[in-house]
Amino acid sequence: MSDVTMSDLALGHRAQGMRAPALPVGSIGSQASGYFGVWWVIITEASLFIYLLFSYAYCTMQFPGPWPPSGPPELTLASMDTLILIASSIAVALGEHAIKQGQRARLTLGLAIGCVLGIVFVAIQLKEWASKGASLSSNLYYSLYFTTTGFHMAHVAVGVLILAALTLWSALGKFDSVRNSPVSIGALYWHFVDAVWIVLFTTYYIVPRLG
Amino acid sequence: MARHTQRAQTPAIVTANAELAERLHKLWEIEPGIKGFLGTVDHKEIGIRYIVTSFVFLLLGGVEALILRVQLAQPDLHVLSPETYNQLFTMHGVSMIFLYAMPVLTGFSNYLWPLLLGARDTALPRVNALSYWLYLFSGLFIYASFLFGAAPNDGWFNYVPYANHQYNPGPNIDFYSLGMIFLGISTTVSSANFVVTAMRTRAAGMSINRIPILVWGTLTSSVANLLVVPAVSLAFFLLWLDRNYGTKFFQPQSGGQPLLWQHLFWIFAHPWVYAIVLPAMGMVSDGLPIFCRRPLVGYTLVALSTMATMAIGFGVWTHHMFATGMSDLALSFFSGVSIIIAVPSAVTVFAWIATIWTGRPVFTTAFHYFAGMIALFVIGGVSGFMTGSVPVDWQLTDTYFVVAHLHYVLIGINVFPVVGAIYMWFPKVTGRLLDERIGRINFWTMFIGFNLAMFPMHISGLLGMPRRIYTYPDDVGWTAWNLITSVGAFIFAIGVLLLFHNIAVSLKRGKPAGANPWDGGTLEWAAPSPPPPYNFVVLPSVASRHPLWEDRLDDAPGRSLIDIGLALDKGRQMLGTTVIDAEPAVILQMPFDSYAPFTLAVGTAIIFIGMLYRSWPDIGIGVIVTGIALLLWLWPGRLREGSPEAANEPPFAEPGHV
Repeated sequence: MSDVTMSDLALGHRAQGMRAPALPVGSIGSQASGYFGVWWVIITEASLFIYLLFSYAYCTMQFPGPWPPSGPPELTLASMDTLILIASSIAVALGEHAIKQGQRARLTLGLAIGCVLGIVFVAIQLKEWASKGASLSSNLYYSLYFTTTGFHMAHVAVGVLILAALTLWSALGKFDSVRNSPVSIGALYWHFVDAVWIVLFTTYYIVPRLG
Repeated sequence: MARHTQRAQTPAIVTANAELAERLHKLWEIEPGIKGFLGTVDHKEIGIRYIVTSFVFLLLGGVEALILRVQLAQPDLHVLSPETYNQLFTMHGVSMIFLYAMPVLTGFSNYLWPLLLGARDTALPRVNALSYWLYLFSGLFIYASFLFGAAPNDGWFNYVPYANHQYNPGPNIDFYSLGMIFLGISTTVSSANFVVTAMRTRAAGMSINRIPILVWGTLTSSVANLLVVPAVSLAFFLLWLDRNYGTKFFQPQSGGQPLLWQHLFWIFAHPWVYAIVLPAMGMVSDGLPIFCRRPLVGYTLVALSTMATMAIGFGVWTHHMFATGMSDLALSFFSGVSIIIAVPSAVTVFAWIATIWTGRPVFTTAFHYFAGMIALFVIGGVSGFMTGSVPVDWQLTDTYFVVAHLHYVLIGINVFPVVGAIYMWFPKVTGRLLDERIGRINFWTMFIGFNLAMFPMHISGLLGMPRRIYTYPDDVGWTAWNLITSVGAFIFAIGVLLLFHNIAVSLKRGKPAGANPWDGGTLEWAAPSPPPPYNFVVLPSVASRHPLWEDRLDDAPGRSLIDIGLALDKGRQMLGTTVIDAEPAVILQMPFDSYAPFTLAVGTAIIFIGMLYRSWPDIGIGVIVTGIALLLWLWPGRLREGSPEAANEPPFAEPGHV
């Protein structure tokens, strides 16, 4: 009986009282509607960053003087940031992997590490901003720089809050080997935020050194 | 596989029966009182709210247009001051393009999609509720500018440097900038809901070659919105920063780029134009077959043309910028693409004509609107084709010819199909038919009034009349054409009033419609009129494009099943299916009524009001409200049936969220 599908029914197997195949119920991993949803959130957010990079490229090409006007930005802090975000993504991924085996403590640990590293990222980024000696309104380059990295930092902040909530829920025992789609959804978003940083880092920090 | 069976349910296949219907009714009906009013997630309720709200904005935009037409009826009139004129023509455009045209289609799709797809709700019902509240609040936010005498006043595309603070120091443009970002959030979440709904909540067997064209239209628009809405939200955010925090994005004296505004705006706004017509074209593609008594000619070509139009539509934005001094290469490329885009539109038009030609048309009011739309689409399409050519555009840009073109396109391909859709689906929504005699008068008044108003604009444009001037001298030869336009505008307005009159009369005295008054072939006509809260007693399975016409067409390998199927009555449940073939994949647990979307929208409104006043405490409160709403919304429920750790839970322990 389990080989009868609904579309077989539509083809004429009208047996009253027959049972459909067993189907999973509710939000499970990548079957959750929210998992589909977060992919489209990522697509639209990625578009936002593409338009930010488009604006940067457009201004770069049209700008009459040398670009960036104050020379390529310092690499040290931003490189540390890059490593920190990559590490946090790995921690979250390991935690997600662990809960699929039912290891809840490891999930909590992975999420907590990811969350803390996210906070460290924000702290270093704020330090770097302060070291620039410039602001949003200093010139066109800094308008672009602070707005773009600001958008990203806002995404990191949201990601940190998501990871904090997931850490709490994990500690409260809300997830197990079956019911863990919020973890997958939050982790996917966090990986996206990290990937965006790598693209921004390349554009703002590496590319000006190549020319 | 072992883990799968643990958390699975093996649903019984049953015949629809009264006892089951009653049980589902209790599960799915909107809660009474304030909880139901603020917390409903029912797609039909949300759809109706969307449609009603968008018509209120249509009325406001219409009244604004009529005032403009009084001012322009004769030369040298001073009914309006130039500043008031600027605010009114801007708000006319904003109301129609942003607060009416998309939301009305969102409303129809909200109401119709689950019925067309054989489901009980959209995939993300709380997101759906959120999108409505955000839409309502953002519309009110933009309109609140009138209370300060400071409505947006630089036209709907709001070019810098006019819109920079040096030249426009009032709060007008801040209202517009923040309002558009606000509205963009609504559009985005609504689009995400539609895409996920189309991907996974179709009836079993509704593979992608059996999806109604309306669904293709809205799906295409939704994907496009997700890709391009960020462009305009970003543009408005950068402008807001320029105006309030001294950034240099659009400040030419500091190396900023005014043309960057135009690029970001039109990268969004041209696809948007398609987004606000493709679902309406879908209504025509689904409506004509019913009134021509045959399936749509060229279903596959029409579905592909829908997507092709949008794909090409991403690459035509600079035809709005031909006069800005771009390179010849860019001019040639974008001109070519703008002309090529006529091809998929023409495919669709010929498919409609062939459907009428080879069918046996029934001349209902709805058919009049759909057929009338084809005529207007052709006129608007040809004038668009003309302005796609660079030299013609250089002559006509910023004249009334462009105004004529965009009204033929937007009223022709949005308003006419929407009114046709009202005549067609009103019986489904209310259980009563609209009056056909008033309907006929309604159509001809609108059709004649529209052409009388808009066609002469082509001529005043060719005679050199620029758009957006608040008056003109009497010796330039535009007087007669403007008078005709103004008279036509009022006749058109009377036509719209006749529609409201018909609705008011028919709500009380209309003939009872029954489930399928037009003998339609798609699933929505299988549900009672009005449909019950759960839509379908058992979840239908589908064997062809027209489940209700199979006995006649005999085009299916088997037969669709409407009254035998899965009951899915353990909580609010419906079926999740696979993306391409729509094979059953999962049983979805749907949410109950919830305050969270409303609260989240209120928090968002507080943030935007705070941004308008640049009040950080206000923004902080908004962020906290938003955060709490999200946290409660997403708070995981108890571990449910099937989890090894929760073996003793009751079988359907999906809790209602806040």
